[in-house]
Amino acid sequence: MNRLAPQKLIISLIALLLAAFVIAIISGPTSIPLSDLAALVSSSAASDNSQHTIIITQLRLPRALLAILVGAGLAVSGAAMQGLFRNPLADPSLVGVSSGAMVGASLMIVAGGSWLSSSSSLSLGTVAIGAFLGGVFAAILVYRLATSPNGTSVSTMLLAGIAITALAGALNHLLEFYTSNDMLRQISLWKMGGLDSANWVRVQVAAVVLIPVTILLCRYSKPLNALLLGESEARHLGISVERVKRQLIFLVALGVGTAVALTGLIAFVGLVIPHIVRLLIGPNHRYLLPASALAGAILLLLADAVARVVIAPTELPVGVVTSILGAPFFISLLRHRREYGME
Amino acid sequence: MSVLSIKQLSLSINGASLLDDINLEVASGEIVTILGPNGAGKTSLLKVITHELPASTGEVLLNGHTSQHWSQIEQAQMMGVLPQHSLLNFPFSAAEVVNLGRTPHDTGLSRDTEICQAALQAVDAEHLRDRAYTQLSGGEKQRVQLARVLAQIWEPSPSGERILILDEPTSSLDLAHQQQILATASDLAQQGCAVVIVLHDLNLAARFADKIFLLSCGHIAAQGTPEQVLQTAVIKKVFDVDVHIIQHPETGVPVVI
Repeated sequence: MNRLAPQKLIISLIALLLAAFVIAIISGPTSIPLSDLAALVSSSAASDNSQHTIIITQLRLPRALLAILVGAGLAVSGAAMQGLFRNPLADPSLVGVSSGAMVGASLMIVAGGSWLSSSSSLSLGTVAIGAFLGGVFAAILVYRLATSPNGTSVSTMLLAGIAITALAGALNHLLEFYTSNDMLRQISLWKMGGLDSANWVRVQVAAVVLIPVTILLCRYSKPLNALLLGESEARHLGISVERVKRQLIFLVALGVGTAVALTGLIAFVGLVIPHIVRLLIGPNHRYLLPASALAGAILLLLADAVARVVIAPTELPVGVVTSILGAPFFISLLRHRREYGME
Repeated sequence: MSVLSIKQLSLSINGASLLDDINLEVASGEIVTILGPNGAGKTSLLKVITHELPASTGEVLLNGHTSQHWSQIEQAQMMGVLPQHSLLNFPFSAAEVVNLGRTPHDTGLSRDTEICQAALQAVDAEHLRDRAYTQLSGGEKQRVQLARVLAQIWEPSPSGERILILDEPTSSLDLAHQQQILATASDLAQQGCAVVIVLHDLNLAARFADKIFLLSCGHIAAQGTPEQVLQTAVIKKVFDVDVHIIQHPETGVPVVI
């Protein structure tokens, strides 16, 4: 096997995260010289109201922090789902969270659009709440469908997730079919995901939910490792399998529901980041979970920086960028998967 | 006192009776083999013993207590279970797989590493320690899984005597490794551990078991020492095959041909 030492990867990821954070702050339609950033940090009392200071404190800083929190939350949720389902291709959308959130958001855009002016922050807030409720509702529904008196069947849950996703997709298409062109564009932009709505309120919401969720999920390494052997084996190793499943699904629904509510559907991070990390350092969740969180934060920070720069002053949806950046890397890893012991 | 004691156990699922009136005792240091044709209820019996399926009637006692008495961790420290098939398809190294056996213990990294090393040696798999589990052959996987279960019950548990449960541990092993695995189980029994093995090979059972339970259609058709159970008429009745039974020239145990 050809693997990196996990501790080394985590240290490099921390360094990379700091670098990506600086890059995200200084790059954009207005690029800010490093010297200005250093000056701002050293004179911490933000007394001067130069244009650069405002750009940094009101736009880029909240946006970068939101990218870190959402990226970390999505990636660690994906890693936990892949472990729970014993399937390296599982991602948080499998439990219906993303598709449920999509319907919730569309409903709010369509229903809310008629009595709220479309661009006010209030309507963005209601879309977020709709997405969160829709996501959590779908996850509860999938979980209930898969739970019988004998416990929760992971394979039934996978199928129930597919069924609910299909149903949600149909509902969403129905809404799109009956809505106006203007709202249709709003819905499809929201579906592509973006961090352009970042502000300090959203950062606070994200911090309150996603920091605890990420830290708590990282503490499930022992049960997740045991679960990779199979559910009955994990039980024989003293793991309370049903309780662990319930807690993990709750945390993932909460984390992904919040992430989707704040930034829309950002594809790819939850699916591929854990997969890439696993190819690099192996499946031990003790390192896989924190390393995935770090790598997810880095990917979303950089993808958002690219989204702001490539066709400035217009922005690309960040979900498009995460896929374009990540997919080729993922494909090249797949082609070398034998070297990493994946077959 | 028996490590495992099963009293008047019956199990039925959706009205179908899978096990009926099973009584079985396994004492400390004893190796018990469960034999029987396909569908006789061997795997169901193991599932009840390991508390994966609840008994419909009767009781299953581990060190004198029902499963409600023991916490899941206590039970995991006393009972190691090797399933017939493994679902693991993530590329842990063999050493990492064995280390999962230490999940219910809090003995610290250095002691865990020592135990895992010793467990790998016991199944003749030290050379596999850094290989990816997913790239091992069927027999190698089975030995690594056995090492994991051995690591789980390597040291005596404070709660009670240990019990090792093996479901067809020899199914994908060559002759030398079959003998070696059962010899490892014998060593553990020497330390006082109770051992329950489901086997298909009557001769392996004859050679290593203290007691044999022969299952047929969910009930115990014969039980006792290998000499008592392995008799031409019994095997004809249960397996519906004609065999000859002779005595091994050196060990004196019955040999079925």
